[in-house]
Amino acid sequence: MLEIKNLHAEVDGKAILKGIDLNINKGEVHAIMGPNGSGKSTLANVLAGRDDYDVTDGGILFDGKDISELEPEERAGEGIFLAFQYPVEIPGVTNTTFLKEALNAQRKYRGEDELDGMEFVKLIRRKTKELGIKDDMLKRAVNVGFSGGEKKRNDILQMAVLNPKLAVLDETDSGLDIDALKIVAEGVNKLRAENNAILVITHYQRLLNYIVPDQVHVLAHGKIQRSGGKELALELEEKGYAEYSDDEAA
Amino acid sequence: MAATQETVEQVQNLELDKYKYGFVTDIETEKAPKGLSEDTVRFISAKKNEPEWMLEWRLKAYRLWLTMPEPKWGKLDLPEIDYQDSYYYSSPKSMEDRPQSLDEVDPELLRTYEKLGIPIKEQEVLAGVAVDYVFDSVSVATTFRKQLLDVGVIFCPISEAIQDYPELVKKYMGSVVPQGDNKHACLNSAVFTDGSFVYIPKGVRCPMELSTYFRINELNTGQFERTLIVADEGSYVSYLEGCTAPQRDENQLHAAVVELITMDDAEIKYSTVQNWYPGDENGKGGIFNFVTKRGICKGKNSKISWTQVETGSAITWKYPSCILQGDNSVGEFYSVAITNGRQQADTGTKMIHLGKNTTSRIISKGISAGKSQNTYRGLVRVAAKAEGARNFTQCDSLLVGETCGAHTVPYIESKNRSARLEHEATTSKISEDQLFYCRQRGISEEDAVGLVVNGFCREVLQELPMEFAVEAQQLVKISLEGSVG
Repeated sequence: MLEIKNLHAEVDGKAILKGIDLNINKGEVHAIMGPNGSGKSTLANVLAGRDDYDVTDGGILFDGKDISELEPEERAGEGIFLAFQYPVEIPGVTNTTFLKEALNAQRKYRGEDELDGMEFVKLIRRKTKELGIKDDMLKRAVNVGFSGGEKKRNDILQMAVLNPKLAVLDETDSGLDIDALKIVAEGVNKLRAENNAILVITHYQRLLNYIVPDQVHVLAHGKIQRSGGKELALELEEKGYAEYSDDEAA
Repeated sequence: MAATQETVEQVQNLELDKYKYGFVTDIETEKAPKGLSEDTVRFISAKKNEPEWMLEWRLKAYRLWLTMPEPKWGKLDLPEIDYQDSYYYSSPKSMEDRPQSLDEVDPELLRTYEKLGIPIKEQEVLAGVAVDYVFDSVSVATTFRKQLLDVGVIFCPISEAIQDYPELVKKYMGSVVPQGDNKHACLNSAVFTDGSFVYIPKGVRCPMELSTYFRINELNTGQFERTLIVADEGSYVSYLEGCTAPQRDENQLHAAVVELITMDDAEIKYSTVQNWYPGDENGKGGIFNFVTKRGICKGKNSKISWTQVETGSAITWKYPSCILQGDNSVGEFYSVAITNGRQQADTGTKMIHLGKNTTSRIISKGISAGKSQNTYRGLVRVAAKAEGARNFTQCDSLLVGETCGAHTVPYIESKNRSARLEHEATTSKISEDQLFYCRQRGISEEDAVGLVVNGFCREVLQELPMEFAVEAQQLVKISLEGSVG
C-alpha cells in the first residue's frame, strides 16, 4: 500500500531524511522507533505533505500512485491520516462541524456524494458508541479546553470517522499517563482491519505493548538502520539507542 | 499554449466571481440634476410630495451641513469627497406612478432581486420575513404590509410614513440623531430619499422578522436612506438590513441614518449584513459607507441590541450606539468586521449609561487580511447619576497574513464610582499549525481559513436571526477568498 523509495527530504534547507526505504502492506502495523532528532516526526510530516518539508530525492507511492507532489488535503483524500503529537485547538468550531467539513471534503475529493446532516449524525453516533466516547464531546470546540488524553482520543475519533487507509500516529503516546495510553491504544486496535495499515512512530516501547506491531524499524541519522519483528522493540527498551547515537562518518 | 491561456482565463473569472452582487441592472431612471444645492433638496422633497414642514427640516439641515467640518478622527485614509460630482436622487422611471401591488412592479426590478437571491414574492425563500426593497432612492416594494397592519405593526417606506403618519415621524425623526450630529448625518437629513419606518404598538410582539434590502444601482449616485424604528411599551421587534451594490471603478457615497427608540420594557434587535462593493484589490472603486446608527432606551427595562456583520465597502465609518436612559435598560453590540484587499474599517460603538443599573455588552471581532486596516473604536461613558452601571467589552482581532493592520481604541469615561467596567482585548493570527491540521483532515486551505474565522466569529454570528446566520457564514468565507496561498 505504501512504498517509500530512497526518500530524501529537507527542512529549511537542512537534510533530515537521507534515503528511507519502507514498504507497508494492507493489514500491517509497522512501528518506527528512534532517538530524538532522528527524523521520525519529519517522516510523518513529509508523508502528510506539510509545507516546508521538501522532498529532494526518491518518492512515495501510495496505492501505486506517486503522491509526493500532492497537497496535504489531497493526500488526506487519498486516505492518509496523521494523528498529531500535539493536536491543535480551533476555538468556536465544534467537533461535529469540523468532522463534517473534513469528511465531506474527502468524499468530494474521491467523487463520492457528500453526507447530509442526518446521515452524518448517524455515522458519528455509531463511531462514538464504538469508541465509548460521550456525545457531549461533539458539541465542544475542537480540542479547546481538552486534557492531553482527551485531545488524543479526539484524534482517534477523527480517525474512526474518516476511516483512512493508512494512519500515521506521530508520538501519539507523548504526554499520556498509562490509563490514557491504554484507552488510545484500545481505540487504535478497534480500527485495525484487513484493508488498512497503521504506522506508529514512537520513542518508547511502552505503546507497542498495547499496539502490537508486525514490524519494527529503527530510524537514526535519517535512515532506517535495522528492521525486525516486535521483539526488536524490547531489545531497544533494554539497550537504549546508544548503539545508534555515535556519529557516523557523514 | 492553449492550456496556459485557459488557466489565465479561469483565474480572471474567479476574480470577477469574488463579489457576486457586482452586476448592473439596465433600467431607465429619473435623476435629480447633478450636484448638491438648495435646489437639489427642494427637488427631492417635491419628488416625494412632502409637506412643508419636512422641506423646512431638510433645508435647515442643508444650511447646517454647509458649515460643518468633515469628521477626520477615524483611522482612515480618506480622499477628498467632491459632493458636486454625485447625484442625490435616482429612481427607476417605472416607479413614477407607485405600483399598487407586486404584480405592477417592473419585471426588470423583480429580476434584479431574484438575482440577488431575495425575490420580491411573499411566501418564497424568505417566507415569514417581511421585506422593504429599496433601489437607489426609492422603495420599490414592501411585502406583508397588510398582515402586519392587522396586528397594528406599521412597516412602510419612510417616504410614505411622512404622508400617512406625520405625527409619529415629526415626534421621533431626529430625536436620537439630531440634524447637526455630524457632517454625514447632516447630509443625510438634507437629502435622504427613502428607507424604512417601523412602529410596534404597545404590547405587540412583531409576528415576523422585518427586513430592508438596500441596493445601489445607478452610476455616480449616492444612497441616503433613513430608518426609524419605534418600539412602544412592552413590544418586541427583530429587524435586519442587507445591502449590495454593482462593481464600479468610481467610489460611491452611502450616508445612512438609523434611529431606534424603545419605551418601557420594549426590545429592538437590529441586525445588519453589510456587503457593499468593497473595491478591487488595488483599492479602485467601492462604497464609502458613512453611517450614523443610534438607539435610545427611553423606557425602563428596555433593550436595544445591535448585531453587525461588516464585510463590504471600501471605507466603513460606523458606530451603532445605545443611549441607556431608562433605569435597568440594556445595550448590546455584537460586531464582526472583515477587511481584505485595500479595505479600511473604523467601526465600533458608544454605550452611554444615563439611567440606574444600566448594563451594556460589547463583543467585537475584527478580521484583517490583505493590505487592509481594521480599527475598533468604542466609547463607554457612565454619567454621574448612573448608579450601578455595568459594562463588559471584549475586542478580539485576528490577522491573516503579514501586510494588514488591526487596531483597538477603547475610550472609557466614568463619573460614577459604583460603575463596574471590564475590558478584554486579544490579537491573534491564524496559525500554520491550525491550517495544516485542517488540511491534513482533508479541508482545503481556503476552506480552513473560512472555518477558523467562522469559529472566531461564532459568538457574534449566533446572535443573527437564524434565517440569515447561514448566509452570513458563507459571506465570511467568501470575503476572505484569496487571502492565503
